[in-house]
Amino acid sequence: MTRVEPRRLLQEWQLALPLSLFFVAFVFLPLAMLGYISLHEDTQMKESGVGQYVKFFGDAFNVGVLVQTLWLALRTTLLALLIGYPLAYLYTLAPRRMQHILILLIVLPLLTSAVVRTFAWVVILGRQGIVNEALLALGWIETPAKLLYQPWAVVVALAQIEMPLMVLPLITALSNIDPHLREASEALGARRWRTFLQVTLPLSMPGLLAGCLLVFAASASAFVTQTLVGGGQHMFMPFYIYQQAIQSNNYPFAATVAVVLLVSVLIIVTAANLLGRRSKAFVHV
Amino acid sequence: MGTLGAVAGTLLVAPTLIVLITSFTDAYSLKFPPPGYSVRWYVALWQESPEILSAALSSLQVAAAATALSVVLGVAAALALARRKSLWARVLDSIFMSPLMLPTLALGLALLVVFNVAGTGLSMTTLVIGHIAITTPYIVRTTIASLTQLDPVLLESARSLGARPLFAFRTVTLPLIAPGIAAGAFIAFMASFDNVAISLFLSDARTEMLPIRLWHIIESNLDVRAAAVSGVLVAATILLGIVMERLAGISRHLR
Repeated sequence: MTRVEPRRLLQEWQLALPLSLFFVAFVFLPLAMLGYISLHEDTQMKESGVGQYVKFFGDAFNVGVLVQTLWLALRTTLLALLIGYPLAYLYTLAPRRMQHILILLIVLPLLTSAVVRTFAWVVILGRQGIVNEALLALGWIETPAKLLYQPWAVVVALAQIEMPLMVLPLITALSNIDPHLREASEALGARRWRTFLQVTLPLSMPGLLAGCLLVFAASASAFVTQTLVGGGQHMFMPFYIYQQAIQSNNYPFAATVAVVLLVSVLIIVTAANLLGRRSKAFVHV
Repeated sequence: MGTLGAVAGTLLVAPTLIVLITSFTDAYSLKFPPPGYSVRWYVALWQESPEILSAALSSLQVAAAATALSVVLGVAAALALARRKSLWARVLDSIFMSPLMLPTLALGLALLVVFNVAGTGLSMTTLVIGHIAITTPYIVRTTIASLTQLDPVLLESARSLGARPLFAFRTVTLPLIAPGIAAGAFIAFMASFDNVAISLFLSDARTEMLPIRLWHIIESNLDVRAAAVSGVLVAATILLGIVMERLAGISRHLR
């Protein structure tokens, strides 16, 4: 076997130093600074204290913005899973040539600007969009309906926009399942649905979890889609941070909102990961 | 489930196609289907929109600089971390990946605060720094994946034939992991070019970035030129995406 000499090991270790230093200086230090600033009572940042957090959690409006943001992310995740799972499943059943085309169809949207894909929904749901034109043509409505700036519109648009993040890990997980397991289950007389529920679904759990976490985190901070499809009446945390910092110049409160969002997402992602590790252990036993 | 999957596939592509078709409208509104077709909005974009073109140029410059620097930082870190099972390697790996999971809007605000306190103000440099934080994870990930697939026997034989580490790296490792690095660099470039969360806080009054400009247009007056910009971006992404898929197999690295 290869024996790594100590001098070589030291050299390889050092290669991680530049990026580590970059992260210390431009990720950790700034985030620590953000926390420090949030612990100031006034915009001049003379008095320190937890007043901003008391203000955030003491006001029903602020708590409402947080709850709405997490609720939006949760609904988006569920919808993306509902649409994304069949697509990932279809990929595993498709012949090789089709798989190449399918994967491009999934990856290309991910590489396309999210602003452009959000704009697509503004066009689709607009007053003269395809949905309104179709409903008018069918005679179901007489004047164009207001489809944009509704909470459900944000959920639908976001679920479509973040779907590749759900589908890609699912495809990896589903492709790793030994097809013999499914065949065995069917040979033993289980119907397709039972095989799916008791063999395929549990084995795809790691991919399902990874996809859900990616979509959840992305939707909670999807500034562009939230503002353009949600409009001004529905406030979510990302725009709230922007508004407080750039428009109101209230940096301590903006920092508080950012820390609350950061910590909320972190808690949910960590909790889901821990739960996922347990379910994985269950599958392998 | 096959039908559902086909519906999902259509849903994935249809909105982008609708934008592409709308961009060729001859009307002043975003009516779909368009009443007539023309390339007038592309002409307007090219001839009467210096502010959009300069925003596009800034975005290209920042994306290029951020990608180049992330390749250096990211590939070096990947070489140090790949195939290591120790705790510090795993901790560093998840730290380097964290910008993919966390709300980067918070990082954008945090960096703005730091640059203000440090008194450097905002510039192209601060923008590039912010973008590096979000582009490096892609390069670290794809490079580590390529290094893991590398057969260690190749390096051993290079060494036993007398190659020094740097020579072995240049002639054996680098050519084999190059597609992985290229795939990561491409994804990183697109992520930077599309970034809003960081640019929102770090672009100064003079340098406006294309996604932010586009956001302003769509938010305020829904100018049809936004559709023309989108058309150009969609076409460029499809073209580059297919070329890079052929050359470097980007889809393998996104899973």
